[in-house]
Amino acid sequence: MDEKPEQKETKQLTGDEKAGAGLVEKMKEGGTALKQRAIEEAKGYKDVQDTQIWKSIFRVSHDRSDPRNRSLAVLSNVFLHLHPAKINRDAVRYRYTWGMGGITFYLFIVLTFTGVLLMFYYHPTKVDAFRDILYLEHDVPFGKLLRNMHRWAAHLMVITTWLHMFRVVLTGSYKRPREFNWGVGVVLLVLTLLLSFTGYLLPDDQLGFWAVTVGTNMARATPMLGSEGPFGVQLGMTPFNDVRFGLLGGSIVDSNALLRSYIWHCIGIPLVASIFMAVHFWRIRKDGGISGPAPVMLESEMKAIKKK
Amino acid sequence: MAGRFNLSKGKLIGLGVVVVLVLLAVFFVEDWQQLWTISSAPDNIPIVAMLFLVPFFTWLGIKQSRANDRLIVALEQDPKLAKTSHRKAEPWRPGWAKEIHVWPYLVRIEFLAAVIVTVVLFVWSIVLNAPLEEPANPNLTMNPSKAPWYFLGLQEMLVYFDPWIAGVVMPSIIMIGLMVFPYVDSNPLGNGYYTLKQRRFAVGMFCWGFLMWILLIVIGTFIRGPGWIWFWPGQTWDHNAVVFDKNVDLHDWIATSRIGKALHLGFLSANPFKFIFGLLVVGGFYILGALFFHWLMTVDFKKLSLRPLRLFPQDAFEKKLLARTSLLQYLTFQFFAVSVLLAMPVKLILRLALTIKYVWVTPWFNI
Repeated sequence: MDEKPEQKETKQLTGDEKAGAGLVEKMKEGGTALKQRAIEEAKGYKDVQDTQIWKSIFRVSHDRSDPRNRSLAVLSNVFLHLHPAKINRDAVRYRYTWGMGGITFYLFIVLTFTGVLLMFYYHPTKVDAFRDILYLEHDVPFGKLLRNMHRWAAHLMVITTWLHMFRVVLTGSYKRPREFNWGVGVVLLVLTLLLSFTGYLLPDDQLGFWAVTVGTNMARATPMLGSEGPFGVQLGMTPFNDVRFGLLGGSIVDSNALLRSYIWHCIGIPLVASIFMAVHFWRIRKDGGISGPAPVMLESEMKAIKKK
Repeated sequence: MAGRFNLSKGKLIGLGVVVVLVLLAVFFVEDWQQLWTISSAPDNIPIVAMLFLVPFFTWLGIKQSRANDRLIVALEQDPKLAKTSHRKAEPWRPGWAKEIHVWPYLVRIEFLAAVIVTVVLFVWSIVLNAPLEEPANPNLTMNPSKAPWYFLGLQEMLVYFDPWIAGVVMPSIIMIGLMVFPYVDSNPLGNGYYTLKQRRFAVGMFCWGFLMWILLIVIGTFIRGPGWIWFWPGQTWDHNAVVFDKNVDLHDWIATSRIGKALHLGFLSANPFKFIFGLLVVGGFYILGALFFHWLMTVDFKKLSLRPLRLFPQDAFEKKLLARTSLLQYLTFQFFAVSVLLAMPVKLILRLALTIKYVWVTPWFNI
């Protein structure tokens, strides 16, 4: 410390230089202090979960073994709160549930994701549709993979829906109080099949064209509403005003049919299906969660029917 | 002989079936290339997968049902045990918590399932390409022109019924019938666990419908070739094959048969007799069908000397269930059961084995 006055004397600094040197000193001091503070603060950031950003997003910590936190992890999360905080210990057994309902929902998400990406490359017009598929298959990076995934996920979803229903029947899970939810599930089955079917026409190739031709020809035979169905002619149905005309937007499978099936496929049915799914999941919770594995009941314990 | 080759009876039967199938395939498949072309078509892969998935999950369900059924028998014989038992086939020890946290025990399973499904999808999508045919051409009819595999059951039904039934009425009845199912099943037992003993009829009916549906799809996928003609698996699809349509209506079939001629039933081919005849046939079918299902509901399989059916010997219990069923529930069930579960196979046999086209011909519709 006693060297500083010597320096001042020997160099005979001007006023400006004096002030400058003071500033450098101050900055140096300030810098070290700032550095110290930054290090101190950074130590506090070491645990990401202690940061304000993390806490604002997740509200509760997830990795603690505290039972309360484990419950809150589920309850305070918009996606996870589909679930209760706790479930029966046997309900997680894959052998019982087969996991088919959950997988079906996951496939719906996969299909939405790949579907949205496919929409970027597709025009639902007679001129473009088929070319867009060729473009997708040969030029778009990973386009072929994208289309394949959308197709196979759709097929898989039909399979998992059927197997889910099969399991629900085998375990008698449609019984009271879940009768209504089974009905909602049947509607979802129909919507799944319709989603798959409306997508079939979109590549505008021979396969889709003839499948949809065969499919909608059946609509022509609808009783009372189809031009070739029972009592159709008597009620004034012609190929130009019957239910098939309404489905196709014309009397043949053409550009209007392509547009209609595109809109049903991408907007109409997914919207309706989402609403039914919301009800389906909500009712699972409200009807007491997953049905089992429940303790077996005995014949001797059957209650007599309540007489009103 | 508790040696290494100790096969149970069931496994032995299974093995026998496989051997017979292999032998049949070796002797009767003329055209392996054709069989391979059909079953390796990317769009048919799902139904090939179903051929394995459905038996596997049926087995898985039956396995757990039998475990529960054994438990039910044990508990019914020992009321003391029934009071203390935790009543599940799943293992349990005193002190184990009844409930577990969803985070992480369920969420991790879901995550794992999502990862596995994603991997499966990626592999499937890399290995197999989604089909793309030539651009749509209304002037060039595809032959055979098939619906996607999950609708082939409906398309196959077109062989047996007019389009308004196969394409509109049947699907509607099937869907409504499925929705009605919980409301006509008056059995309070078997809610939330696998069992066959307590629900033999309900499970049996559903399996009947489900397996029939899969069977129709399999016929539509593997057997129907060009012109929707029946080709056995392994037969070459002949695009020039012609089948002369020799199907006749039931009233003509009877009127022109030897017995019909002897009894002077020729008038059945003319209106209004053919209308009345068809009405009576359909009405009679509903009555006989209902009697059949009623018999199936209450029959004591023990008394029948059919060994495999002795697994479900509860006629007294079934009668108790029937007493709980309201008339509305009973009639609703009978309507759907006869209209779908019975009408479908009966018409299939009439059409394929007896070449009968319609059973009821009217000026407005034919059944």
